[in-house]
Amino acid sequence: MEQKIEIQEKEKSVKQDHTVVDIQQLKKSFGGNHVLKEVNLQLRKGENLVVLGKSGTGKSVLIKCLVGLIVADEGKLQVLDKNVMELEGKELNELRTRVGFLFQSGALYDSMTVRENLEFPLRRQSKSKSQEELDALVMEALENVGLSEAVDKMPSELSGGMRKRISLARTLILKPEIMLYDEPTTGLDTITSKEISTLILAIQKKYQTSSIIITHDMECAHIVADRVIVLNDGKVIGEGTYDELKNSSTKEIKDFFE
Amino acid sequence: MSKEQMVTEESSDRQSFQNLKNFFLEVSGIALFVGRFFKEVFFPPYELNEFTKQSYIIGYRSLSLVGITGFIMGLVLTIQAKPTMAEFGAESWIPGMVAVSLIREIGPVITALICAGKIGSGIGAELGSMKVTEQIDAMEVSGTNPFKYLVITRVLAATFMIPILAILSETIGLFGSYIGVNITGQVSLRFFFTQVFESLDFIDVYPAIIKTFFFGFIIGIVGCYKGYNSNKGTEGVGAAANSAVVMASLLVFIIDMIAVQITSMMM
Repeated sequence: MEQKIEIQEKEKSVKQDHTVVDIQQLKKSFGGNHVLKEVNLQLRKGENLVVLGKSGTGKSVLIKCLVGLIVADEGKLQVLDKNVMELEGKELNELRTRVGFLFQSGALYDSMTVRENLEFPLRRQSKSKSQEELDALVMEALENVGLSEAVDKMPSELSGGMRKRISLARTLILKPEIMLYDEPTTGLDTITSKEISTLILAIQKKYQTSSIIITHDMECAHIVADRVIVLNDGKVIGEGTYDELKNSSTKEIKDFFE
Repeated sequence: MSKEQMVTEESSDRQSFQNLKNFFLEVSGIALFVGRFFKEVFFPPYELNEFTKQSYIIGYRSLSLVGITGFIMGLVLTIQAKPTMAEFGAESWIPGMVAVSLIREIGPVITALICAGKIGSGIGAELGSMKVTEQIDAMEVSGTNPFKYLVITRVLAATFMIPILAILSETIGLFGSYIGVNITGQVSLRFFFTQVFESLDFIDVYPAIIKTFFFGFIIGIVGCYKGYNSNKGTEGVGAAANSAVVMASLLVFIIDMIAVQITSMMM
């Protein structure tokens, strides 16, 4: 009996060790609008977690809280063993370099070429890198997304799908341990959406990243998800694998799969 | 008073109260923004490359506009003043009068207003569009302080470039005046500039130069504040650019009024 308890505790501690994001009772309001009411979720190492939810249910707010872009009102927000709500300045910036964030719009810097966009985070993190080293890292990141020929183009010369891929390359160039994707396939055609979803999966396998993917795109969710949670009215209403949730009897969850 | 009139009056009172509230919120917002600027400007990292790039954009790319305007100011001022001065037999005072007017007042203020239009709106629109397309957030999550990279560099560049542009504009304006004098008369360049320098004193030049640093600072900070805090999508970008020009122009006049008072006391 004692041995069994010991094994259970050991398993529990291993599981906790592998939790890279731990959110408990997270709350966020904007004025009288309670966007996140009581969100609890854990992201495990190497896992792709898809967050589904209708527009305005606070999905983007949730991942912005994780990197301190939005300050949560209450709750526990542990990312890579750091309490985000207590971090400031240099410590917060250090954590941010370990967490990649792909914005919905791509957020490429319009006034810079693709090369300058990719060099930007590198120059800020490690000023001692030579130009040759920077070039090598830039080319490696672009080859990962299959766009090495776009290195000297301006963002305005790129298509929507290319912009997303370049943004992904810029995010990956710092080799983050966690990736946060804010609607990575929004505004893209079906074929390009599928390509981006496959790329997300390939990146997870290559770099062993843990990812939270916010999406409405069920095909993307199906391709990338190891686990899915459903947000509704600021709360998690369902959690499981894609197939488990597909067979759920809860109306709000079923609606996504129909 | 009818019920309808009472409702209209009440709604107008509420609107006035809201406008007053917005005004104070704006003032406190700018004060906090300026406070943050001084809190961060002295500490590393110093974004020297971006500062140089912004100085090039703000300074070099405004040269032709400021130069042409300065030339026209000097020329027009001379042509307009000439008949009146001739009436009093004081044509020889034209170089001195134009120099004092240009250097003390017209040069700095007109240059600042042109820069408020060109540079203030440019900064407001650029930062506004970066804000609504999440580029500022992207900078922040990559571990860069966007305030240092975007705001401090632009404000410093505007603060140091606008005085240079004003001096250039005034110098070109004096050449414009020289041409204006020579349209109907014949005055040598040496005589013209001897007259100019004889009529100028230190008190005409230094306060005028010092106030252009304040003009530059205010144009930069207002443009950055409006852009950095813009929202409501593309509509917000337009509004940021527009209100940056309006507010910066108004503040230029207010600073000018204060500077004139201080200079008068010194004299």
